[in-house]
Formats: sequence, structure tokens, C-alpha cells
Amino acid sequence: MTGVIVLVVIAVLAVLGVYISWRAGRLDRLHARVDAARFALDAALVRRSSIALELASSRLLDPATSVLLAGAAHDARSAQDAREMPESDLTRALRAVFSQPDFRMLLAGREGAEELLAELESASHQVFLARKFYNDAVAATVIARQRWLAIVLHLAGRAPKPEFFEIDDSLVANGGLGGPTADIPHLTG
Amino acid sequence: MRVGIVCPYAWDVPGGVREHVSGLAEALMDLGHEVSVIAPADDDAILPPYVVPAGRAVPVPYNGSIARLSFGFLSAGRVRRWLRDGNFDVLHVHEPAAPSLSLLACWVADGPIVATMHAALPRSRALHAAGPILASALEKISGRIAVAEAARSTLVEHMGGDAVLIPNGVNVGRYEKAEPLPGFPGTGGTLGFLGRMDEPRKGLDILLAAFPQLAAERPGLRLLIAGRGDPDDVLSQVPAACRERVVLLGEVSDDDRVRMLHSVDVFCAPNTGGESFGYVLVEAMASGAPIVASDIDAFRQVLRDGQAGELFETGNPAGLAAAAGRLLDDPAHRAALATAATAAVRELDWSVIARDVVRVYEAVVPVAGRVAVAL
Repeated sequence: MTGVIVLVVIAVLAVLGVYISWRAGRLDRLHARVDAARFALDAALVRRSSIALELASSRLLDPATSVLLAGAAHDARSAQDAREMPESDLTRALRAVFSQPDFRMLLAGREGAEELLAELESASHQVFLARKFYNDAVAATVIARQRWLAIVLHLAGRAPKPEFFEIDDSLVANGGLGGPTADIPHLTG
Repeated sequence: MRVGIVCPYAWDVPGGVREHVSGLAEALMDLGHEVSVIAPADDDAILPPYVVPAGRAVPVPYNGSIARLSFGFLSAGRVRRWLRDGNFDVLHVHEPAAPSLSLLACWVADGPIVATMHAALPRSRALHAAGPILASALEKISGRIAVAEAARSTLVEHMGGDAVLIPNGVNVGRYEKAEPLPGFPGTGGTLGFLGRMDEPRKGLDILLAAFPQLAAERPGLRLLIAGRGDPDDVLSQVPAACRERVVLLGEVSDDDRVRMLHSVDVFCAPNTGGESFGYVLVEAMASGAPIVASDIDAFRQVLRDGQAGELFETGNPAGLAAAAGRLLDDPAHRAALATAATAAVRELDWSVIARDVVRVYEAVVPVAGRVAVAL
């Protein structure tokens, strides 16, 4: 009889151990996903500011628009810790530039204009997607970290708590307010 | 002379550059010149007869805040048309490095171009990013004016070359006489502050830190504050005991601004920086208010090293309290400072300043021909 009890206890402990290590592994994978998403987001942001800077120095635009865009792109690229503000400012600058009346029409036919605009549009879209996926990973990780087992057994270890990245990255003039299409940013022009 | 002036910032937003442009334009017309100003403004906006609207200004992040500017090919087209219609002898652009109409005007115009630099631009690397584009438009400027030493050194640092120093003008007559606000200045003494309450560089917190001590020693003393910001935020920085002696006016009209300056015994300007010229001091001087100001370069210059107002160590509440206290207790010294200030400020009246600007026009016109449209 005692033998059976011992066996049951060992079995329960074994199952518990497997469960805990599975939970810890899952949390670890979630943190890894956050890191990867952050890396992709950083890359997307750098790409966007680089192309914005390229457009600013291309001489395709008038000098006022160029200076405006160059300033915003430069601030975004050189920001160290507080990146959300300058990145949002870059979005706002891009939105102001692209929503000028007849913007695309006035640039049409200029050498290299079409390619640069398309590249900038795609880079902006990448930022939008990368940020969505990153925040998604952060949300899942934060929830997993808040489970009582994770807290009690300190399963997250020394991994820092990931933080959401909140910026204005909608390129529709009044973006983020509309219906289902509001999810897809467009540079209006 | 036919003078075309370009203002880069929205006409309907009050601001230093816009004030400068209207003051200069009106003074030039008083001197008998023909003046046309182009500025970002809606086509149906109500404007003075000498202002031509360049179309709606777009709010964009610029230099750490949101500015309303005009840029783009369509705005450039407007400037081109204005230049063609105006047939100017000289083109005078303001703040040409700002991404707005002035830069566009430099781009599309040829001939005698005079530029006035207003602000000190601290962010040189952002400017550097647009360097070559900026440079090729700014190269066309044949005469440069800076309103203050800080603006001048920015220019020298970023673009090379030099500039003539011509300070901001003020319409002294507008400030000389005004009815004090009801109940002010009173007999117990009144300190005054004018400026945004929530802008740290205006230094209101330094004055609020100095006030309790001054108030404790002078039972009737009040503090009169005019400017935008959250009142609760301000009052929470003052001990409850002297909270009711702080009077907040909020944002005031131009007329009330002058009345406010006539309602104080000592005007305090505790700014910690960001001022390139110190217009607020000039307004106070023209109103005949005795002044206590921080010793930032711009203020030191306007107050003539302390002859036209007391200076204290920037950012030091104890220094402010000591200087303000001395003035509050010495009416004769207050009167002497006010007299010195009104005399000093007369040299900054637009009628005087505009003549200096015309001299710059006269220096560039014979060399550079007439203003033409370049492209």
C-alpha cells in the first residue's frame, strides 16, 4: 500500500516537473519571440528613416519639404532611448508631405521618384506590420508572465519585462478611425 | 523702395517672428516704402491689406514642437506668382532655414535677398542632414541680419559667413500708457510674470520657489501671472499659506498684456534659456515696469548688463528673491531702473530699427540688381 502511495507521489511530482519545465520553456520561447520581433521592428524603423532621408536629399522635392523631412528622419534615426516620439513625428512629417495636394502628380515622371515613393510606402507598411507583431508578442509574454505559477516560481528568470512600442504609424490622413481598411496604411497622394 | 517680405509661420498664430514682420512692415510703410508680405494663411482669412495669403499652413513637427508651415511645390508656385506680381526692389526673408515659405522664396528668387535670423537653432545635426539643400538655397542671400547674438552665432556655426546685428523692434507707443488691472498694483507690492506657465524654460517654477520667502517678509505682496497653462499645477507648487496671494490671469489679450505690465511693481523674467532676444523684457521696459531677470545672454544684452534692470544668477530662486526683495523695498531704485529702461527701449522702437534695416537694403540693392524669378 505504502509502495503504491510512493509511486503515485513520484508520478505526480514527475508530471508537475514536466509541466513546470514546459511552462518555463514556453515563457522562454515567448521572450525569444519578443526579441526577434523587436529586432525586425528596429530594422523596419531604420529602413524607413533611411529612405525618408534619401528622399529628402534626392532633390526631387522642394527645399522646404526636404528640410522638414530630413530633420524628422534624422531625429528618428538618432534617437536612443525615447524612440516613440521621434518615430511618431516622422510619421506625421511623412503624412504632411504625402498629403500635399497633387503630390504624386507633381512628382510623376521625375527620374527615380516613383521608385523612392514606392520604397518609402513599403517601408512604412513594414513598420506598421512589424510594430503590430511586436506588440502582439509583448502582449502574449506579459500575460504569460502574470500567471501565478510564473510569478511564484519566478519562471521568467532575469528576462526583463518587455514593453509595448506605441507610435503613430498610420499614414492615412485620418487613419486608425475607419472601418476594416483602417488596418492597412496608405500614403495618400 | 518696393519691399517683399516673407513670413514663414502662420499669420493667425501669435508669435515672435510674425510680430516682428508686421512691426517691420508697418514701420517701413511709415517711412514711405511700398511693402507686401506673404505668409501662410487661408485664402479667406482676414488679413491686413499688405499681407498676401500663401494658402493653408500645415501643422508639422518641427524643432521639438508642432509648427504651422507652408511647404511643397504648390506653395512654391504661390511665392513665384507673388514675386512676379510684386516686382520688388528687394526681397526680405525671415528665418530662412525653417522649412517654409522663406526657404522656398530663396529657392525661386534671384537678386537682392536679405534674410533675418531669429532663433538660435540648437540642433545642428538635424540641420546638417539637410545641409546641401539648405546651402544651395541660402547661398543666394546677399545680406544677413541676426536679431540677437545667439541667432548670429548659430548662423556663423552652421552656414559660415557673418550677419549684421539688428535687434527686434518694439512699438514703444503701444506700451507707454495703459490702465492697470482693477485692484493693482495695490499697496503691498505686486510681482509679475508673463509667459507660458507650463514651459519649463520660462522659469516660472524658479519664481514660485522664490515667492514664499518674499511673501513671508511682506504681508501684502501678491504675484500676478499671465500665460497659458494648468492653474492647479502652478498653485500646487506654492505653500497653501500664500496660495491666495497668487493671481492667475490665464492667457490674456494684447491689450490686457499691456495693462498687466502696468499693474506690477516688479516684473520677473526667470527664463532659463531658449530666448534669443527677450521680447518679453522689451515689452516690460516699454511699459515702464522695473525688471528682475535671469542673466542669460539675451537678457543681459537687452538690459545693458544690469543698467536697465536687475540681473540674477539663472536658475537660482534665492538670487531672484534677493534681487526682487531689494527692488520691492526701494521705490527710488525702482523708479531709476524704470527710467533707464524706458530710455534704453526707445532705441528699439520700430521707427529706429526700420531705418537700420533700410540701410541693409540699400547696401545690397546696387550690387544685386532687381528681384527676379529664378525658376
